[in-house]
Amino acid sequence: MNQVAPDTLSEHAGATSSETGREIILEVTDLKKYFPIKSGVLFQREVAAVKAVDGVSFKIFQGETLGLVGESGCGKSTTGRTILQLYRATSGSVKFRGQEITSLKGTSMRKMRREMQMVFQDPYASLNPRMSVGRIVGEPLVVHNIGTKKEREERVAELLKLVGLNPYFVNRYPHEFSGGQRQRIGLARSLALNPSFIVADEPISALDVSIQAQVVNLLEQLQDDLGLTYLFIAHDLSMVRHLCDRVAVMYLGKIVEIAESEELYTNPLHPYTQALLSAVPVPDPVVEEQRQRIILKGDVPSPINPPIGCNFNTRCPVAVDVCHEEDPKLEEVLPSHWVACHRVV
Amino acid sequence: MAVAEGAEPISLEEESIHKSANPWADAWHMFRRNKASVISLITIIVIVFVAITATFWTKAGLIDARTGAKARHTINPVNQTAQDAYPDPGICARDGQGQNPYWCGWLDDESLAVVQDRYCFRAAPDVNQKQWCYVLGGDSQGKDWLSQTIYGAQVSLSVGFVGATMALLVGLVYGVISGYYGGRVDNIMMRIVDFMYGIPYLVLVILLQVFFTEIAREYQDSERGGFVGFVLDLNQDMGGLLFLFFALGVLSWIGMARLARGQVLSYREKEFVEAARAVGAKDRRIIFVHLLPNIMGPLIVAETQQIPGYIFTEAFLSFIGLGVQPGTPSWGAMISEVRTRGGFFSNRHILLVPSLALVITTLSFNFLGDGLRDALDPRLRGT
Ligand SMILES: Nc1ncnc2c1ncn2[C@@H]1O[C@H](COP(=O)(O)OP(=O)(O)O)[C@@H](O)[C@H]1O
Ligand SMILES: [Mg+2]
Repeated sequence: MNQVAPDTLSEHAGATSSETGREIILEVTDLKKYFPIKSGVLFQREVAAVKAVDGVSFKIFQGETLGLVGESGCGKSTTGRTILQLYRATSGSVKFRGQEITSLKGTSMRKMRREMQMVFQDPYASLNPRMSVGRIVGEPLVVHNIGTKKEREERVAELLKLVGLNPYFVNRYPHEFSGGQRQRIGLARSLALNPSFIVADEPISALDVSIQAQVVNLLEQLQDDLGLTYLFIAHDLSMVRHLCDRVAVMYLGKIVEIAESEELYTNPLHPYTQALLSAVPVPDPVVEEQRQRIILKGDVPSPINPPIGCNFNTRCPVAVDVCHEEDPKLEEVLPSHWVACHRVV
Repeated sequence: MAVAEGAEPISLEEESIHKSANPWADAWHMFRRNKASVISLITIIVIVFVAITATFWTKAGLIDARTGAKARHTINPVNQTAQDAYPDPGICARDGQGQNPYWCGWLDDESLAVVQDRYCFRAAPDVNQKQWCYVLGGDSQGKDWLSQTIYGAQVSLSVGFVGATMALLVGLVYGVISGYYGGRVDNIMMRIVDFMYGIPYLVLVILLQVFFTEIAREYQDSERGGFVGFVLDLNQDMGGLLFLFFALGVLSWIGMARLARGQVLSYREKEFVEAARAVGAKDRRIIFVHLLPNIMGPLIVAETQQIPGYIFTEAFLSFIGLGVQPGTPSWGAMISEVRTRGGFFSNRHILLVPSLALVITTLSFNFLGDGLRDALDPRLRGT
């Protein structure tokens, strides 16, 4: 097996996602997800809400990989799950190939689920320990009543081969596999229904560094072979650079900056993005020497009571008065480079 | 289709520690390592087997009927000439006060003759004659203590199993609904459980049994009929067990409901459940395929550990006369005989035999529970 260094992983990094006329596969508009906090002994009232996702908008083009990056707790997983309708959105819209899906129910929802799948962060929690690999990977087929038993078995074998596992292991149980292998099993399950869009929620964060590159390679290979579109969630910018065509940076339930991968790395505009990037080590020793870390002061504020005005104003090194009064809008300051900051003109 | 680069089939050989078919086989593997549990399991199987086949042995003449009322042989020479095949075996082997029950089975012929010489006011018996013999002795009324102990196992085991099964089923359904649907439903259901937790268990059980006994007495003379009559008749036929099941079951499920709810809560948010949802699996599938197989282990363990409690409660109720109906053999009722038969020392087997049966049974269930916990509770896996 070739160990591929992360920075040589991808050829199609920085692909031409700004091309006009590319098909939009997913369009999220002002999506909000609040988790109510209830209190009271018998009759519970809603006393507050965790504003996990607070007005997020972006588009994903057919065949691309959009990275979603931010510190843990900023609402990335919630965004992914709300898009997949695992959580009911508080408000806002999610359009898949032009169709509004937040209002779908019953059969039409189930049909839609065949198109969009998820790969989870924790390879240990994402596989049912009481089910054999064959049953886990074949479950989507059973749920959607696809094929005969024999056809399903064949499909499971095919899927296992596709993710680089020996089909011989169908009768094994998850605890017999390593983290990387489990992640492949989860990937096989998510591919069972031939989806076109996959939310990968930190699929490599829980893996050993040596395994991470393998899984990333596999994801890229599958994207090329099957024409998949990814929303790739990560908590730091280093992996995302080579895998993603575009990257969205999230802070406290909001997107602060979206740009093409290369553009974001070379020309970060939002102070938060700059701070995140300053924490990424650079392989070039000369540049690494000069790298200055921007240390943000304070902690991330509580999503229950986000600051008035710009979310980031409590930690921003360049905040001025207006930042404490007005919530900045996400604006396209350079071609396909969007920033939500009063200080960027 | 090309296999992804760096993704050749990966050998598992060096990784798998032991090759097991599935988690249940694993559990069995773990269970077998605990010697005490294995012995307990065997003991329980033997007790269950003996209890179930008791009627068969009665028919075969090896033990006496449910009440153990009849002696099959007698040492009383008087009865040699009597026509009665099942005479009152009394008098002879009793002590001076006519209190000592029959131990003959444990005496050799010579000692027996001594006993008879000393206590029988009649002609010395022929010691070569087949002795009446109760292996575990009898009470002063000539009832075979072994028969009663064996039939008593039927009562204890059925109370244990029915109590545990009812608590498991009711608690499971209640807890799973509460935990899975959450929100207001959960809140109200759990407040009810909290309320019931405040009721003292034993007091309620005693009051219920008193209440049932009272109803039964009232209906005894009056014309029976309708549903109440039917239930009372059924209870009568079951030797009072029906009401006992009910009284024991009223509160026993609440602990299980809480446990089941907690388990569901801990698994409901697991990613594999979410994965099933993302695929479009319905609630029923999620509950039966994904939640139940995972939560059953700890629940079964907990319920196994509750079984001795049910058995003891039944024995206690029968001891104070609020359990099974008079005439139904039950270990608790047998132990209570010692109160009316006097002397712990002259009648020690009256106390010892049912007590030992009780202790062995409950201890076995305790050890079985421990073994099951090691085997089934995944939180303790690998420790
Ligand atoms: N089911 C939930 N109920 C209540 N709060 C939640 C729930 N899921 C997430 N949150 C809260 O929402 C915020 C965002 O969480 P999450 O989306 O998991 O962040 P990330 O994936 O970026 O680490 C956190 O403050 C978290 O505590
Ligand atoms: Mg997350």
